[in-house]
This record gives sequence, C-alpha cells and structure tokens, in this order.
Amino acid sequence: MKFLVDDEQHDFARSLDTLLHAADTPAVVRAWSGGEPAAGRALWERLARAGVFALAVPERYEGLGPLPVELAVAFERLGRHAVPGPVVETVAAAAFWDRLGQRGVEVGAAWLPSLASGKTMASYGMPSAFSPYALDADTADVVLVVDGDTARLAETTGPVQPSADPVRRLARPVVSTGEPLARGPAVAEAAEYAAEYAALATAAQALGLGRALLERTVGYVRQRTQFGVPIGTFQAVKHRLADTLVALEFAQPLVYSAALALAGTDRAATAREVAAAKVTACEAAYTASRTALHLHGALGYTEELDLSLWIRKARALRTAWGTPSRCRARVLLT
Amino acid sequence: MDLDFTAAEDAFRAEARAWLRAKVPATPLPSLETADGFAAHREWEATLHTDRWSAVNWPQEYGGRGASLLQWLIFEEEYYAAGAPGRVSQNGISLLAPTLFDHGTAEQRARVLPPMARGDVVWAQAWSEPEAGSDLASLRSTAVRADGGWRLSGLKTWSSRAAFADRAFGLFRSDPDKDADRPHRGLTYLMFPLDAEGVTVRPIGRLDGKPAFAELFLDGVFVPDEDVIGEPGQGWRVAMSTAANERGLTLRSPGRFIAAAERLRGLWDERADPADTALRDRVADAVIGARAYQLFTFAGASRIAAGGSIGAESSLNKVFWSELDIALHETALDLLGPLGELSDEATDAPAHGSWSEGYTFSLAGPLYAGTNEIQRDIIAERLLGLPKGRR
Repeated sequence: MKFLVDDEQHDFARSLDTLLHAADTPAVVRAWSGGEPAAGRALWERLARAGVFALAVPERYEGLGPLPVELAVAFERLGRHAVPGPVVETVAAAAFWDRLGQRGVEVGAAWLPSLASGKTMASYGMPSAFSPYALDADTADVVLVVDGDTARLAETTGPVQPSADPVRRLARPVVSTGEPLARGPAVAEAAEYAAEYAALATAAQALGLGRALLERTVGYVRQRTQFGVPIGTFQAVKHRLADTLVALEFAQPLVYSAALALAGTDRAATAREVAAAKVTACEAAYTASRTALHLHGALGYTEELDLSLWIRKARALRTAWGTPSRCRARVLLT
Repeated sequence: MDLDFTAAEDAFRAEARAWLRAKVPATPLPSLETADGFAAHREWEATLHTDRWSAVNWPQEYGGRGASLLQWLIFEEEYYAAGAPGRVSQNGISLLAPTLFDHGTAEQRARVLPPMARGDVVWAQAWSEPEAGSDLASLRSTAVRADGGWRLSGLKTWSSRAAFADRAFGLFRSDPDKDADRPHRGLTYLMFPLDAEGVTVRPIGRLDGKPAFAELFLDGVFVPDEDVIGEPGQGWRVAMSTAANERGLTLRSPGRFIAAAERLRGLWDERADPADTALRDRVADAVIGARAYQLFTFAGASRIAAGGSIGAESSLNKVFWSELDIALHETALDLLGPLGELSDEATDAPAHGSWSEGYTFSLAGPLYAGTNEIQRDIIAERLLGLPKGRR
C-alpha cells in the first residue's frame, strides 16, 4: 500500500498551479460570468495542452486515460483557482462516450479526440436524475443530454438562469425530437458511470476550493488587527479555522479513495466511495466558505472581494451532481 | 497511489482472523472498569499473549511479532470486527511502551515490557493534577532526590485504570527552582508501583459510577533510579516526543470505529424507519467518518513507511475520532429508541449494553490525551501558522 500522491502527480499539480496562477483566474471568472468567454476559452485550451481533459479520454481516442486519480489531482487544482466553465461536464461527457464505446456503441468517436485536445467544450446533463439545467450550455460546443436510457444532443438552449454563483451559467437544453444519438441499457449504464466521474471531479474541485478559502482566510486573520493584536491570536478564530482544516484533511483521502475505486471494477464500492467523497468534500468546502465569510467580517459579505468567487461556488457545488442527502443515501443503500 | 495489501499482509490478516474467531469470548466480558471485569480483561491479555497477539508491533524478544504499522492496523481491524474485548493494557502498550522504545534503557525494556505484554502488570497514567489539566506543565507533584532514587509526593488525579492497576507512570517536578516562564523544564518521567508504601489510591466514579479512574495521594513514595525514563529534568521532552509521531496514529485505531460503524449500519438495517432520513443521514455520516479516519490513517502510515513523519498532524486525528465516536454512539442510542436509555448493566440492554458502555466511554474522548481545545490550538498554531495567544 502506498496511499500517497506520487512525485509525478505532485509535479503535475504544481505545473497546473503555475499555469493557473499566471492566468489571473478571478478576472477570467468575472468575464465569463458577464457572458464574455474568450479568456475562459483561451485558458481552457492551455489546460487541455497541459493534459487535463485527455485524462478522461482513452488512448485510442488520442487521450491519456481514463486516469481518475490524476483527474482528482487536476480538479483539486482547478477548484483552488476557481476555473470557470463546464470542466466537470466535459469530463463526464468523455466518460459517457468512452463507456458507451466499450460497449460497442461508437457514437462518441467523433467527439472524444476533440474533447481531449480542448477544441471542443462539452456540457452534459441528466435532467431526470440530477438537474434540469446543463452548465454553460450557451457556451459549450456540444451539449449531451441523457434521460433514462436515451442520449440526445441539444439543438438549442433556453435562456440562461442565473446561478447564485454567477460563473455557473445554467440553461435548459432543448433536445432534438428525431432519432436519438443512442438508446438502450448501455446508455443508462454509461450515464451512471459518467455521473460518478462528474461527482468525483466535483468533489476534487470542492476540496481545492475549500483549501483556497482556508489559505486566504488564514492570511487575512494574521494581518487583520483588532484590540491591538492580529485576530488570528484569538481562540474563537483559531478553533473555527482548525475545524475547517480537520474537515478538509479528512475529506482528502476519501476523494483519492473514490478515484481509486473508479479505476477499479467494483461498481457498488465505487458508488459508495464516490458518494462519501462527494458529500464530505463539498460539506468541507462549504464549511470553509462559511468560515471565510465570517472571519473576513463584512468584507467577506461583499461581491467586490475576489473571495466571493470561491464562497459562491462552494454553495453551488454542494448540490451539483449529487445532493448531500442523495450521497448519504447511496453510502448506505448500495 | 494504491490501497492494496500484499499477499503477506493478507495472510497476516487471515491468521489474525482465524485466531480471533477461535478465541474471542462468545459473551462479552464484564466492564473493564469493575473489579471482576478488570480481572477478566487481564486474563484475556494473557490469552492474547500466549500466541503473541497482545503487542503485535513490538519486537519478538518482548513478546511481539515485529509487525509493521500497517500490519498493526490490519490486526486492529480484525480485532474489533471480531467483537474482541477492550484492552485493559492500552495505557501501557500505547503510551508507556513507545516511550521506553525511544527513551528507555535495554534493562528497562527487558524488565517492563514482557510482564506488560502478558497482562501481569497493568499500567495507569499519572499526568493530571487538580491544578494542572490542560496546562500540564504547571504540575506540582515533586520528585526529591534520595539515596539511590527519588521520593514522590503530591496528588495526581484522573488516573485512568488506577483503581485496579499495578503500576503507574507520569511526570514529576524534580527541580523546584523552575523558571516561571519555562515550566516545562525540571520535570522527570518516572514509573512507580501503586501498592508502594506512601501511595493511597482513591477510586473516582465516572459518569456511570464505575471507578474508571482514581486520585493518587503520594507521600514520600520511594522510586529507584532504574525507574526514571530518560534523563532527570528532561521528562517533558521524553513525554512529548512520543506524543506525536506514530503514537498519534495508534492511540485509537481506525479498526475500532470501522467495526462500530458497521454495527451501527446493522442496527439501522434491522430497526430503522426508512422514512426517517434525518437518522439515516447520521448513520451515513458515521459510516463515512469511520472510512475517512481509516483512509487518513493509511495515508499517514504510507507517509511513515516512505520515511516521513507525523507531528502536529496527530492533533487532527484526536479531534476527528473523539467527535466521531460520540456522534456514532449518540446515533446508535437514538436508533434504539426507548431501549437507548438502558444502562449497560440492564439485562434488557441491546448488544449486552455495548452501545451504552461505548457512549459513556466516548464522552471522555474530547477530554483526555489533551483536550480538543488544546488540539485545536496546536492545529491553528503549528499547522496553520497562526500566532500564539492566550489560552
């Protein structure tokens, strides 16, 4: 057993950090929220060149994967820097098409290489199982919608419904009424598999988001002075931050364990592990967001401070790809 | 990255499982916090020792199996999954023994460890005093130089297991001219018999009345030099060096919580109202928490195996498992409904009272081995880098 991130994975994470740090993601996020995706698309291509999306695409479709552990490592970084766009949905679409291809239904062959290369940005929705909305459906190049055992592409999308996290541009996909892309039990199974990838990527993203919130808040309480001392001197402040670290530290191994389960073949174990990781990481990130908001005082309640980009996302990720209640039920029922 | 066990580790697990299946008493032993229970648990330690299962991670020469940290974790998983008795020798094995391995002499290890492994000598701890709890370094019990040793005087309290144990270990002030700003200096780590002349043991009933701990009145108790661990005056360093590192991982093994969470899941399957999703969520959280603790420990063990170490991170552990333990048992008692209030001594109590006993035991978790407030201070200051402040 070596339940540790290895050197190569560390280096990969570090290189993504460098790339994202230089990208000034808060500005990219604000532009994306305002319906100006150019900077986001440029960042997307850089992430693709770094290999992020190829991790979800198998080698026979010009990818590197599927490598769920590396995906978890990468998505933790994307979360840390609050990268905008349908990153989770693109990975889920790749997982869906890959799985279907393994069952001999090759409808994704045209898409997978361009998902890996970053040329195509995909959104993915499962309206009856999860949300009626597809993330960034107005910007994505292709919107895949799986309802039960039927997969279709969206022809158009409804109006953007603003999310509490404005960077998440939600819209109802309007699917074609003609012959579906694919139909049958293999579609339903591939969709479930894709949903596990979506949940894992969301959990990893949440973990990174939570860590970024904690780091910023620790930095703030060290320099913010009241009663003549940094407020980080006070136990009431310290203990809240300590509890936030505890929550994040114990969510981390669940995320890696879920990734390992996804790399294996035990589907019931995968469902349990992914659900445990999803609820724990998202709750930890949400705890971190409440801590960050509170310890920044009224500043933390403002839109202007970039912290708000992370705070608002923490709430949205909590329910994306598996509500806390659904996840807890899956831990016990599968 | 992997979570795989080697063939040798699987074989070790199978051996432990088979042995436990054959030997674990069918009916739980009486509570180890009672005279009868203590004696029965002591006997169980001897049974464990017969086949070298009482201290698996010790070297063979002291009665262990030289097991790796991972093998120890495997043993603990099997131990608690088998419903085996609580460990009356826990204080000695997980607190004193690692200190002796790091700071004791060969003579001390040869003299102290084998009887500990057999359960012949059960150890109590003697840290806290009425005026020295979280601020342990302010302790006032003294060790005064005497011919060939030291004389101990003062009052120790909350001494776990001391009502029935044989010997105790703890810290004493050997240099009374302490610098007020550096109370950690001038302390000495000593071992002493609880039946020595000058020792009076007054048992204290814990919340359910069982004498789980005691006050120790010490009046010039003689301790020979051979029972000092490490250098006189260096006791704080000796005590704290093993407080972190491996012991941070081994004070409460994940196996204990995995087994309890599995029993809780069983209770849910058996008794729950499926519509009660609030309770279902709490059961799920306990199952997830136990798994998280297990995985966190595997990561720590992997780090140690790769040459790393665990320092202040052990404070994360302490906060996590102590709160998990309470939440898990509260959930079980709620699931039991009207039977949940029965004491572990009630003949009607489900699972031989183990939920009630476990709940009472869990309530002390956030208090002992450094309160969770102290742990959170450590996390904030040493892991997050926040400035020191008033406690």
